[in-house]
Amino acid sequence: MMMQRSGIQDGNSSVEQSTLAIEAHGLVKVFGDNRAVDGVDLSIPSGCIYALLGPNGAGKTTIINILNTLLKPDGGNAKVFGHDVVHEAQVVRQLISLTGQSAAVDERLSASENLTIFALLLGLSRSEASKRTAELLEEFGLAGAAKRTLEKYSGGMRRKLDLASSLIVQAPLIFLDEPTTGLDPRTRIQMWESIRRLVSSGSTILLTTQYLDEADQLADRIAVIDHGRVVAEGTPRELKAAVGKATLHLQLADEKDTAEAIRITQTVLNVKASTSEPTLVTAQMADPELVTDLLVSLREAKIHLVTVSVQEPTLDEVFLALTGDGKQAEKGATMP
Amino acid sequence: MTSQIVPGAQRRLKNRVTLRMTISNSLTMAYRNLLLIRRTPQQLFDVTIQPILFTLLFVYLLGGAISGSVGGYLPIIIPGILATTALTASMATGVQLREDMDKGVFYRFKSMPIARIAPLTGPLLADIVRYAIATSLCFVMGYLLGFRWASLAGALTGGVLVVFCAWCISWIFALLGVVLKTAQTVQGISTAILFPLSFLSGAFVPTNTLPWWLQDFVNINPLTYIVSAVRQLFNQGTIGNDFWLSLIGSIALVLIFAPLTLRAYMRKA
Repeated sequence: MMMQRSGIQDGNSSVEQSTLAIEAHGLVKVFGDNRAVDGVDLSIPSGCIYALLGPNGAGKTTIINILNTLLKPDGGNAKVFGHDVVHEAQVVRQLISLTGQSAAVDERLSASENLTIFALLLGLSRSEASKRTAELLEEFGLAGAAKRTLEKYSGGMRRKLDLASSLIVQAPLIFLDEPTTGLDPRTRIQMWESIRRLVSSGSTILLTTQYLDEADQLADRIAVIDHGRVVAEGTPRELKAAVGKATLHLQLADEKDTAEAIRITQTVLNVKASTSEPTLVTAQMADPELVTDLLVSLREAKIHLVTVSVQEPTLDEVFLALTGDGKQAEKGATMP
Repeated sequence: MTSQIVPGAQRRLKNRVTLRMTISNSLTMAYRNLLLIRRTPQQLFDVTIQPILFTLLFVYLLGGAISGSVGGYLPIIIPGILATTALTASMATGVQLREDMDKGVFYRFKSMPIARIAPLTGPLLADIVRYAIATSLCFVMGYLLGFRWASLAGALTGGVLVVFCAWCISWIFALLGVVLKTAQTVQGISTAILFPLSFLSGAFVPTNTLPWWLQDFVNINPLTYIVSAVRQLFNQGTIGNDFWLSLIGSIALVLIFAPLTLRAYMRKA
């Protein structure tokens, strides 16, 4: 999927590649004595999926709301496709669309009434509006429930309608604030597909998520947010690599060999090896070349292995390392 | 969705909202409010039940005591009911605006490239329909009970005057709706304003029996002038000073409260 997406990006004009969808410097937003956003810099190239990853209350939604003109920053500045979010707010609003954390649709109206009103507000004529409404209802599988008021809708259906509402006119920059929170796995996969389709037709996506696998699967780049700051930024691969090396797992056939296996592993790999289960030896894999030597040495010592596996670091580890406590964050990925 | 959209950086866009767009957006928002009324007809209780109930109640309860007979009281009470009902209906503007602004859908409106003022002007426009319903029902009730106006033109002018004044007064309640934090507070404060305005006026009783200090209040109460103007239009079919005073006073209200409301709203939006 990653390959496919970069292939499409290559097809874009060089003009677009060089422009930034979002450029923010030193954004600050203070609520009372809480610095919800505390000096955030972002530069997000057009045509990518960019994820803000962080725990609840980290400031992700506040950052999104500054960039979509709902909140004025108390410090710093931000530009969307080169337009200032404060001074050229009306221009920025013509370039964005928003799918919020709580579905921004009118619960007292039906799905088709909601879509029609948004379409009319966006300047579509009456006939265009009803045509587009029908298309979107069909596309999101809501056609059967189009006339019902949303009070009778499930959470997932409201989310779908919310996304449909932001796609009446496809904006160059689409904000998705926790787009899949509370969705069942199947609807979540559908949402991911919709998001990828939007990028392939030219939109830039800024999404927030608390789900690491979502950021890993979907995002080209990730900014890890904690306490209103960007604590790390990079591609999913870079972030994982920065936090730690892959781990080698050796499952032994015989418990009696464990001590000897640890000794050999430490000697050959020149790292500390440990054991958490009676027959499992684990060690950091600094140099993959040395693993061959280790396996030969183990055979010479007549130690039999059941399985050998290499565990890549997960984003979970990255996340905990970066947002856990300050000391561990020090050795984190590229600090901005 | 396979075709490519125009890249954001290549679009030529203006940072201004045209008057045409403001009007078009306001009309769409008014349409939205009419849909909301259709979806939740309970919203119309104040403009349907009240005119019917109040007319019957006041006519039969007070008619004999105040005017000696039900028939004699009708020329006094029908214009009174008309004006107070419209005033009550205008109060709901503020409460509904507050409730609406707390809804999630307002976040979408705020992030859309529309006239910022449309979510405020739309509901105010739509409420004209509510005032028209209230006014028409008062006409029907009056007619059924035996009230006959001097001329149809006078009656219609009176109806239009009441709708216009109610719309002007609704800006006061719109300001409360924008400024106050909860719908309950808006309701509470609006009722506290509305109650003395309705009853301490010439709407239900002749004012010459009141103590002088109450008469003073009645004489500065704008509702007194609206009621008098409507009475003259209904019963004599003529336009008098009270008509012009009501009109000028209502326009003055708009000139004061519309800018205040717009400013408070824009600051929040």
